[in-house]
Amino acid sequence: MTASTPQKVILSAQDVAIYYGTKDAVRHVNLDVVSNTVNALIGPSGCGKTTFLRAINRMHDVTPNTRVTGKILLEGEDIYAADQDPVTIRRRIGMVFQKPNPFPTMSIYDNVASGLKLAGVRDRKILDGIVEQSLRQAALWEEVKDRLKTPATGLSGGQQQRLCIARALAVQPEILLMDEPTSALDPQSTARIEDLLGELKKDVTILIVTHNMQQAARVSDTTSFFLIGDLVEHGPTDQIFTNPKDKRTEGYITGRFG
Amino acid sequence: MTERIKAPPTRLGSGGDKVFRGIIIFLALCIVAIFVLSIYQLVSGGWETFSKYGLGFFFTSGWSPAKDSYAALSFIASTVLTSVLALIIAVPLAVASAIFITEYAPKWLAEPVSYLVELLAAIPSVIYGLWAIFVMAPIIQGWQLQILQNPQLNAIPLLHVDIPSGRGLITAVLILAIMVIPYTASISRDVIRLVPRDQREAAYALGATKWEVIWKAILPYARAGILGGVILSLGRALGETMAVAMVIGNRAALPTSIFDATATLASVIASEFGESGGLQLSSLIALGFILFLLSLVVNFTARAIIAKLTPEGIKV
Amino acid sequence: MSMAGQLDLSGTRSQILRRQSSRKASNIFAGVVISICTLIVLIPLFAIFYYLISKGISSINLEFFTQSFKPIGETGGGMLHAIVGTLEMVGLASVIGVLLGVSGGIFLAEYREHKLVPWISLVSDVLSGIPAIVMGLVVYAMIVLTSKHYSGLAGALALGFLMVPIVVRTTEEVLKLVPSTIREAGLALGLPKWKVTLSVILPAATSGIVTGVMLAVARVSGEAAPLIFTAFGNNNFNADPRDPMAAMPLSIYQYAISPFPEWHRLANAGALVLIIMVFSATLIARVATRQRK
Ligand SMILES: Nc1ncnc2c1ncn2[C@@H]1O[C@H](COP(=O)(O)OP(=O)(O)OP(=O)(O)O)[C@@H](O)[C@H]1O
Ligand SMILES: [Mg+2]
Repeated sequence: MTASTPQKVILSAQDVAIYYGTKDAVRHVNLDVVSNTVNALIGPSGCGKTTFLRAINRMHDVTPNTRVTGKILLEGEDIYAADQDPVTIRRRIGMVFQKPNPFPTMSIYDNVASGLKLAGVRDRKILDGIVEQSLRQAALWEEVKDRLKTPATGLSGGQQQRLCIARALAVQPEILLMDEPTSALDPQSTARIEDLLGELKKDVTILIVTHNMQQAARVSDTTSFFLIGDLVEHGPTDQIFTNPKDKRTEGYITGRFG
Repeated sequence: MTERIKAPPTRLGSGGDKVFRGIIIFLALCIVAIFVLSIYQLVSGGWETFSKYGLGFFFTSGWSPAKDSYAALSFIASTVLTSVLALIIAVPLAVASAIFITEYAPKWLAEPVSYLVELLAAIPSVIYGLWAIFVMAPIIQGWQLQILQNPQLNAIPLLHVDIPSGRGLITAVLILAIMVIPYTASISRDVIRLVPRDQREAAYALGATKWEVIWKAILPYARAGILGGVILSLGRALGETMAVAMVIGNRAALPTSIFDATATLASVIASEFGESGGLQLSSLIALGFILFLLSLVVNFTARAIIAKLTPEGIKV
Repeated sequence: MSMAGQLDLSGTRSQILRRQSSRKASNIFAGVVISICTLIVLIPLFAIFYYLISKGISSINLEFFTQSFKPIGETGGGMLHAIVGTLEMVGLASVIGVLLGVSGGIFLAEYREHKLVPWISLVSDVLSGIPAIVMGLVVYAMIVLTSKHYSGLAGALALGFLMVPIVVRTTEEVLKLVPSTIREAGLALGLPKWKVTLSVILPAATSGIVTGVMLAVARVSGEAAPLIFTAFGNNNFNADPRDPMAAMPLSIYQYAISPFPEWHRLANAGALVLIIMVFSATLIARVATRQRK
């Protein structure tokens, strides 16, 4: 199915640099992301993966002293253009965080529905349908369908993270940013989430940060290697892992594989 | 494969954010308005007095509604005197109980004791006053009667008794001390809890006894925070009204004996307000302004000390 | 480390032993003194309770809650007028206290980078240090002097002003305890900040805010000082906040300083009821805090 759809660049970073105060955390990143793919961002700790990811859905807008330069095009439109509303951008580009962060006062159902409900969607039937659909997409439906009204905080860590994925999916973003979504989870939960990604990319384009090389190799179509704020290499995952062009990429990958 | 349900489009943008922020800032500025309004109302309410007496109002004594002549110094002095005396009694007890809660009591005892101290802080001032009138004052009256029967004692200026009413400086100081203790105690408790574990452990490792650890490791470390807490308590004591007004005797003069009736800024405002008008009313509001300034200075000092000298900055 | 210099461990064995036993003795002595001091601190609590119960409980009956003040000479009467006045004024005050206090707290916690934040924070601290009686004078000069009329509304305003800084502080603190990842999760769903604040953050902080409000209620429902010049007190039953109004602490004060034993009786009973009201509010605050943990 993926193969038959024409390659469409949905997201394009052009000369993106990100500054915390005067310090540049990310420099001159150029990156094209094709729709309905999974793209892994790898690199040593502190190299700017999270920083870059947060620039894509304008999350840096809410932290003072943070500046993004260059262009990030979503379907050809610069999301940092003056007439773009960050709120609308974030609805189109969702995010899943490193640690599961369900809304503590809400039930499982309300968590998943929150993005729509709080934005004014009242229609019960639509909400019910989308909650079920999103929970199924996140492979959580069977486990929680009998206790949708119970507090979300009663779920296990792995379930909570899948709930957060369902919550992000419920607003039906075009792109889903995932920042080390499995780093706080046990191997089993990790495997379940990895399995999800292949299914999810039918509906949404995924950018996933990971420290786990095997994970990147298993789930992603393309891989980008970051080092101290620079995008060193970007390409198809097979090529990056078997035949990296850059010495530094090779060093990092082989170092990791041991 | 079932058809994918499409989420309906939503139109909620960030437009409301500006409005919301505007409302929040407006309401937050209302808090500033309360403060500015307070200064304005106190100054304009006391204007008649300030313009008549000028700075002399602050620095002379002789408050006499009968002569329609007013001055603040004796009240300022009495206010500071009662508060400081009360703190002298309260601080050692308060710090001791804070040490008890944090260092001595096992958990099952520390919690309830801590809670009881909190309850003490919650008792309304007027109830302390009521208790002081009906329980403490008769006891102190008993002391006064004994002194009256003993001319030698009565000849000592500090212990001289004029009228054995049971109401006067000592009664006010004692009730004020009781009222301030829980406040000082809970700040001291919080400060002592902030003393890092390694401070204690280093001392214990050297074979120090519990008391030595407290005296040589914990208290020196917590000193600044406790001092800040004491000054905050002073601020509390200065403005304490009802209990003091009920037992201090309300006489516009400096006490020379611990049993003399006197009046603080707050107590004279509370007790003379009912029958006042004209210049007297303006002077009472002027006294309120002085009390306002006094608490302001004391609070700033305390917060400056706490912010500077405690590692994490206690929230009070 | 500094201990090493102070604990002199040199000397002969017997000297050390002697010193050790005196150190032990002073350790025990200090423990005893500290325990006794703690007991002294708590005695007034029990003494006051004993006094209020022994003097007040016999007067607490149906009449106390259903009757208002009776003139001198007549026996009986109750404090209905004062109870109603207190509830009404504290209720009105809470509207001001919650509105301004929670908004102030939201501003301090959710707009941390705004340049006004340090100022509002400072002013709120300063306000919390202003004596209650001064706040009474302020509202007196502001409302009563201009309208030439004492009123329950003026009293409620003074009490409300006193509540504000308490609610600001607790709201700010509990909002700051809500993890920032929850905020980010809300924003990342494409919800505007105001919606996230009102529908996600505030609910997560509710129990903490309730604690703050109840503490403020407990504090102001016992305040008489700011009411003397604002609500003024009223011996007749009055539920209209536009007129002078009675309040529990105010009536207790007026009855206690009166020369009449019959009034003293009412003051004692009123004090018992008031202290129960105040402690209940404190208890609710504590329970709400517990739930948060
Ligand atoms: N809010 C901030 N203010 C200042 N510097 C920051 C901030 N956040 C991150 N940085 C710095 O920017 C650089 C990149 O950080 P970033 O969090 O993007 O790294 P990362 O690749 O996600 O690392 P990790 O793998 O550990 O999550 C780091 O040097 C970090 O110290
Ligand atoms: Mg990161």
